[in-house]
This record gives sequence, C-alpha cells and structure tokens, in this order.
Amino acid sequence: MAESLSLFHRELKKGSAELLILSLLEARPRHGYEISQLIENQSGGAITFNIASFYPLLYRLEKRGWIQGRWVEKAGQRRRRYYKLTSTGREVLKQQRSSWLEFVAAMQRLTGLKHA
Amino acid sequence: MPDFEKLIRERLRSLGLAPAREAAIADEIAQDLRDRYEAMLAAGSSEEEAFNQVMAKFGRRDLAGELRALEQPATEPLVPGNPGTGSWWAALRQDVRYGGRVLRLNPAFTAVCVLSLALGIGANTAIFQLIDAVRMRTLPVKDPQELFVIRPTDHSRTGDMTGRYSYSTNPMWEQFRARQQGFEVFAWGSTGFNLAPSGQARYVDGIWVSGEFFDVLRVGPALGRVFHPSDDHPGCGAFGAVISYSFWQTEFGGNPDLERETLSLNGHSFPVIGVTPADFTGLEVGRKFDVAVPICSEPVVNQEDSNLNRRHAWWLAIMGRLKPDWTLQKATAQLETVSPSVMQESLPQVYDAALAKRYLKNKLVPERAATGLSNLRRDYETPLWLLLAIAGMVLLIACANLANLMLARAGAREREIAVRLALGAARSRLVRQLLTESLLLAIIGAGLGVGVAEGLSRVLVDYLRGGLGASRLFVPVVTDWRVLGFTTALAVVTCLLFGLAPALKATSAAPARVMSLTTRGATTSRERFSLRRALVVVQVSLSLVLVVTALLFGGGLRKVLTLDAGFQRHGLLVMDMDFTTLNLPAAQRVTFAESLLDRLRALPGVGNAAETSSVPLGGSYWNNLVIVDGKTSQTDVNMSRVSPGYFRTMGTPLLAGRDFDRRDNAGSPRVAIVNQEFARKMMGTDNPIGRTFKIDVYQGEQQVDYEIVGLVRNSKHVELREEFTPIAYYPQLQDPKPEPDTDVMIRSSLALEPLLDSLRRAVADYNPAIIIDFHPFEEQIKRTLLRERLLATLSGFFGALAIVLATIGLYGVIAYLVVRRTNEIGIRMALGATPGRILAMVIREAATLLVAGVAIGSVLSLAAGKFASTLLVGLKVNNFAAVAASALMLCVVAVGASLLPARRAAHLDPTVALREE
Repeated sequence: MAESLSLFHRELKKGSAELLILSLLEARPRHGYEISQLIENQSGGAITFNIASFYPLLYRLEKRGWIQGRWVEKAGQRRRRYYKLTSTGREVLKQQRSSWLEFVAAMQRLTGLKHA
Repeated sequence: MPDFEKLIRERLRSLGLAPAREAAIADEIAQDLRDRYEAMLAAGSSEEEAFNQVMAKFGRRDLAGELRALEQPATEPLVPGNPGTGSWWAALRQDVRYGGRVLRLNPAFTAVCVLSLALGIGANTAIFQLIDAVRMRTLPVKDPQELFVIRPTDHSRTGDMTGRYSYSTNPMWEQFRARQQGFEVFAWGSTGFNLAPSGQARYVDGIWVSGEFFDVLRVGPALGRVFHPSDDHPGCGAFGAVISYSFWQTEFGGNPDLERETLSLNGHSFPVIGVTPADFTGLEVGRKFDVAVPICSEPVVNQEDSNLNRRHAWWLAIMGRLKPDWTLQKATAQLETVSPSVMQESLPQVYDAALAKRYLKNKLVPERAATGLSNLRRDYETPLWLLLAIAGMVLLIACANLANLMLARAGAREREIAVRLALGAARSRLVRQLLTESLLLAIIGAGLGVGVAEGLSRVLVDYLRGGLGASRLFVPVVTDWRVLGFTTALAVVTCLLFGLAPALKATSAAPARVMSLTTRGATTSRERFSLRRALVVVQVSLSLVLVVTALLFGGGLRKVLTLDAGFQRHGLLVMDMDFTTLNLPAAQRVTFAESLLDRLRALPGVGNAAETSSVPLGGSYWNNLVIVDGKTSQTDVNMSRVSPGYFRTMGTPLLAGRDFDRRDNAGSPRVAIVNQEFARKMMGTDNPIGRTFKIDVYQGEQQVDYEIVGLVRNSKHVELREEFTPIAYYPQLQDPKPEPDTDVMIRSSLALEPLLDSLRRAVADYNPAIIIDFHPFEEQIKRTLLRERLLATLSGFFGALAIVLATIGLYGVIAYLVVRRTNEIGIRMALGATPGRILAMVIREAATLLVAGVAIGSVLSLAAGKFASTLLVGLKVNNFAAVAASALMLCVVAVGASLLPARRAAHLDPTVALREE
C-alpha cells in the first residue's frame, strides 16, 4: 500500500516538475539550488527532488530550448549557473498552466475533491 | 569541505563526456552540494552529519544514467601531436580525421592540390594502363606462363612472307611437330578474310590454326565444337570455321542455332561449326580474331597461291606448351638436337648454295609467350615507356608545386605547431600528422586520377584505333591489380615527395623562437625559402626537358609530314581490286585489268589511273638483289610492277628516257625504269639509260636481262622516314605470273564520296563479281606516322602542362617573396628607391631562378634529346635549336608570370609597407 502511494507521488511529481520549474523562472532567472530550495520550501516539504534527478531535468528543459543557462559571477560569490525562461519556455508554461487547470477541474468534478 | 567536484566527476566518468562539458556539470552540481553542506553546518550539524545529509539529498539515483539520454559522449579529443596512449590504429584514425578537417577548412588549397594530383596521377595511370594492356597482361588462356613461341634463330628469312607473325613455313612446322618432344605444340598464322562475295570488300581478322591449337591452349567451345588434331589433315577441304564470341554476337546476333550458318571466306563457303568462349580473343595482343580456319583448308581459300606446300612461304608461328615432366632446359636441348634434321627436311628447293647454308644453320629456340605476340607492342612499347617517363616528370613538377604550397602553409601554421611542440607533442607524431594530410590529398588525388585515367586511356585507344584505320585494334583497358598497385604506389611516392620535406621543416623550428617572432613568423627563414627556390629551379629544369621533347617530336612530325617523298600524296586514291572469283586464266588477267583501267581513266574527274604490285608505304613489298656486270649487289633493291602512266599518276617526274607503254609486253625484250638511287648505287652513274641488269632469282628460275629505258626521281617506298632506296620498276604487261588481284592508284580532283560512287558503279558495270576496297593514299601515309603523331600530340600536351605548372610555381614563389619583403621594400622606397629599381630587383630574383633552372634543364634536355632522336629514326632534328627555342619560350612565359607580383611590389605605398609587420 505504502509502495503504491509512493509511486503515485513520484508520478505526480514527475508530471508537475516541468511546470514547477518553468513557473519559478517566470519572474526572474534563478540558479539550480535556489530553484530546488524554493520548490521544497513553498511546497512545505511536500515536493522535493533528488539532486541526481533534478539537474538532469534542468538540462533536459535547456536542451528543449525552454530555459537557458548562463554562468554568472558576482562579486564576493562563487560563480553560479543561472537559468532564465526563453520565449518558447514562456509559451510552454502558458499551455501547461491551462492544461493543468483543465485537468484539476476535471479531477475535481470526477473525484469530488475540493480545496481544503 | 569534501571535494564534491571530484565526487561528481567520478559519477560522470562512465559517460565519457567532453572534458569541458564534464567540468561544467560537475561545477554546477558540486556548487549545489557545497551550498547545502554549508547550510547544514550553519544550522549546527557536524561535518559528518552535514556530509551524510547532503549525500542523502543527492539521492541514490544514478546521475550518469539520468544524463545518458541527454548528453553526447565526447568525440575523441583531437590533439594532434599528442603521442597518445591508444593503439596505432586509433592514432591513425585520429590523424585522418584531423587531416580531413584541416583540408575541409581550406577548400581552395585542397582543390588546387587534388586537381593537380588527379591530372598528374591520371596521366601516369592512363599510360601505365596501356603499357599493362600491351606489355604485361598475360593471354586469356589457362596457365599462360607455360606457353612458348618457337622460332628459328635466324630472323631474316628469304621467300614470301604473309601474315603478321610469319616465323615458319608449313613444311618446317610439319617436320618440327614430328620430331620435337618437350612441348605440346601447335601452329597458327594471321590472315584477313573477305566476307563479301562481290563488290565492296568486307574484311575480318582470320587465323589459320593447326588441329592442336585449341587443345593445347585448353580452350573449349562455348557453342558447337572446336578443331582437334584429327580435323587437320591434308585435303580436309572447307569443312568448317570456328568463330569468336564477339564475331558470333555481331555477325549472327548470338543465334545459338548454327546448324545451317555458313561464312563466305574469300568467296568460299565454310560452315560455322563452333564458337569460342567470350574471354578467348586469340594469341595476339592488340587484335582479336574473328574466324579460325584449319591450316589444311588454306589451299581452298588461296587456291593457286596456296602456301601449304611451298617451302619458302613463311606464314605460320609455332607455339608450344611445355610438357609437365619437361624442364625448359631439357626441351631446349632436345630442340637443338632435332633442329638440323627439321631444317634439312624443310629446306626450300629454290635456295642457292649460300642461302641453303644459312638456312641449315638455323636452330629452333623457345621464347616465352605468356603475354602473347604483338606487333603493337613492338611498335609502341618504347614510345609508351617514354610517355610514361614524360608523364612522370609532369607529376614531379606538380609535386614540386604542391611541396611549395605545403611549405607556404606550414609557414602559416608555424605558431600552431610551435604551440603543440611546446605543450609536449613529439616531433615524430607531428610529422606523422602532417604526412597524413599529404597522404589524404594524395589518396583523393589518386582516386580522381583513376577516373581521369579511364577517360584518357579510352581517348588514347580511340586515337590509336583511328590512326591504325581499323576498328580491329583491340586493347581492352581495364583497371586490374597492377594498375591499382601502380596508382597506389604513385600516390604514396607523391605524398612523400611533396609532404615529407615541408613536414620536417615545419616541425624543426624551436618553439620559443617561433612564438617570440612577429606575426610574419619564421617563414622568412632563409633556409626554408631556399628550399622553395630549389623547388622552382627543379620545376623550370624539368619543364624545359619536357618542352624540348615536345618540340623535338613536334618538329619530327612536321618534318616527316612536309618532306619531299618523291610523289604528290594529295588527291590520290588506292583501290584494291580482286577478281579471283572469276577464275580467269593467267594470260587474260593483265588485259582484263588494263581494260578496266581504261574505263576508269575515262570517268569524269579522274585524271590518271595506273596499276602497281606494291603501293608505296602500303606495307606489302618485294625486294631482291640485282646483278650488274656480273656482280651481285650487296643491298636489296625494292621492286614493283607498274602499268603505263604510273609515274604520271603518282606525280613522280621522269628524268630521262621513257615511260612504259603497251609495246612493253610479254613478247618484247624485258625493260625496267629505275630511280636515281638505283642509278647511283648500282650503276655508279646519273644516266643509266640503255644499261642492263639481272635479278638474283631463285635457283632453277630463268635469269633475264632488263634494259633500263627510263630514270625517275627518287621516292619513298617502305617508310617515309627512310633515306631514299634503290627502286626498279617493271612493266605490268611483262609479268610472267600475273595475280588475280592488284592495286590501282587513281588521281582525281573530285571529292571522295562522289568519286567512290562513280568508281563503284564503273567497276560493277564492268564485272559485278570484282571485289573492291578503297582508301585515300594520304590517310594511309598518316597511318604509318601514327607513332610520331601520338608522341608529338602527347608530349606537346604534357609540355604545355609542364609550362603551366612551372609558371604557377614561379609566380607563387615570387608573389610570396614580395609579401615577405614588403617591409624591406618599404624601407628601400623610403630611402629613395624608384619603382623601376624595385621592379628590377624582383625580376632579378625571378631571373636567377629561371637561369639556374634553364641551365640544369639544358643539360638534361640534351641527354633527353639524344634518346628522343632514337625514336625519330632518319630524321635529323637539331637538339640545340630545340633547347634554345624552349628556353626562350619558358623564359618569356615565366618572366611574364613574375611581372605581376613585381609590379605589385613596385607600386607599394611606402608608408603602408613600413607599417606592415
């Protein structure tokens, strides 16, 4: 039972990970650690990523041309790789958002789920 | 802090990423881990706790596995010069890939190199292909190395020679066959068969073969059957003909039903009994046979002229296959033992004592014949080797050009190479890399060269075929292993020639010195530049040799074409006329031909017409010794029977006495007309009219006196190149044995086609059974000069190519010199040098190279000229004049080429030139 729940959780995370990252980059460029911290903090620890799978995810999005990484060196700081949303990424984010809304609404209708 | 970066790199290793990419990923993820680690420590965790938590956060997932689908494994880093730890093969692959990239990045350079190599290698390969075809390829039969041709030691024969390989008489062959033991033997002879029963003749290549021919050669039938020893017996009649595969295809459309097929050979019907396999084309290189007929059928075809039992009729070649249990030595010894009895039993009865003695001394000896027999080889082998040498020189010049280009490029890459050397690259490794680039160029050039060769050798064969006036020339040009081997060797040698020196040079400079120099680098080193100059000197000297050779051959050809041959070659037509099928009695033949000639002379547009027994330069001759005042001459006299009006027809002036007329017939005293050379050499006089001589006839024949009634101008008889020889002409009407075939010379002002039409009509009107064939006399002469034309055309082409290449080389070096000395020229101009002086300075530089090249080239040319003269027999060509003319030509072209950069130098703006670094 616990195993199938964990699988369900993982699949959910997988389905939503792209949307999460794109959303967080909408406002401004961020580096990988910042993104993963934001996800963890803002989800209250409900959504976390292993580093070994988080960075490959970033690289995949970059390869698709949705985000773009760039090394930035700031005074007094180590150099970090900042990712920003590309125009394609912005388009994708828009589509994914509306798809999610439709999906969530449908789920609510079907399962009787409501906001707590 | 733990070394997170190292940790990540270890996890990435299996991916084999490019170093830069691996570093970027490791850097980014390690940064994340460090941030977390520091945050843990700040929150009060111990180092160990912090590390464990960070690693827990890293997760158990396989980072490499996650990335595998995303990241490309790195292509093997190309670090030319790196001694490498991999295998030799891997290093080679790396070199080839790097070399390919370098060449792709310099398309203009690559194109120039590849093109000049393709032309050079192509020309060499084409000529080698021909040499391979006529010299090296073995006969298309089983175990050709076991084959020998067996000839008498004395190659000069007395008697009637027919066919291209007339080494033996039939009686000699029969005696030989009965007595020898070491070989499986057979005999064959070449002939031409006319397939047309009347009218325009249609000749095909025929061979007479003994019954053993196909069995010894191990050639079976592709269809029907071939001859066997039991077929070849006296009186066999016209029992059958075996045809070649290609003849079967063209003549019978490959029809497998040969039952009722027959061939008319010189008017005699032969049933077709079999077809040979497609790959068997005969024993002759350069020609393939169409129809084979047994020796025993020869009397059927040649009737009264049959050679079968005549002991002084030479028309066969004896060949044999060494028996398995015999050594060549043993077989030769056995031949030596049987030779005296073979000669004794086949001794021509007509020989006098002296001739008989010479004949009996003959021994039969075997000569290797794996590559077949070939007159083409005899005539063209030396010219082809010479052309190969010439083409080789063109390739050398092209190599010198490439070496120059490579040196210039090595200069441009000096810093790159210096950096690699400074980083620890081994010199040998760099040389190998640079040589690989050269090898790539050579291989691409050679690949294209094979294509060029295919085209060129086809053109050459067509040229030969057109020149020999026959589609009968058969030289299958194929790219076999020898040709491929030759081309490969050529590619490797050229690569070493043009690649090695620049590679060694480029890697020899000390890195520190190179890198400390200005952008112009060490390319200005005197040493390197002198190598480039030396290369230009080599080019100029080789080009001179080629131009001289071209001039010699061209001059030789022009001379031979314009020399006074003693007759007017233009406007003459030769008509072969054969009325054998009419079976006219000998006594009527002359009058039959004469009255036809009268009709022809009456045709509109025909100026003159006369008969001759041997057309000058026509390939068929009669010569004999003469007896003057009881003394036999030392040299042979060429002889010919002609009809009245012959000299007028030929345009050979009668200098004294009279022409033959109808009174000079069988009933009148024997008369002759001789040429000046005959009068001078045989009689020691300029006016031989009224003097007499005898012909040194065979034993038993009647010896009669010939009275000289006319003297004509000297004319060429056997070859255009020969000195004039003594010639005696006899009246056709006094011919004791008139042949049923003859040649008619016709002078006409008409165009060829209408003339042929009216002649054909006139002959058919006279008697439709007469077989005729025509060829313009001038064309026939041109055919005899084919070798000269081939040499002149090709050496001219190669000479021009050499000049172009050498000029490019000189231009390159002078242009390079100007760029190199821009700064210096600026200083000179600033100090007051006029443009004229600068121009002179640059031209002087070019002139020095030219003079050095011309000096060396002149010496080489004189030597080459001597050799070329051996191929221009009988033509005195002035070597010195040719060298002087070529040197002048080369100088004009080369100075012209160097004027361009010289003018550029003279018009440099000193202020700009001085800023040049």
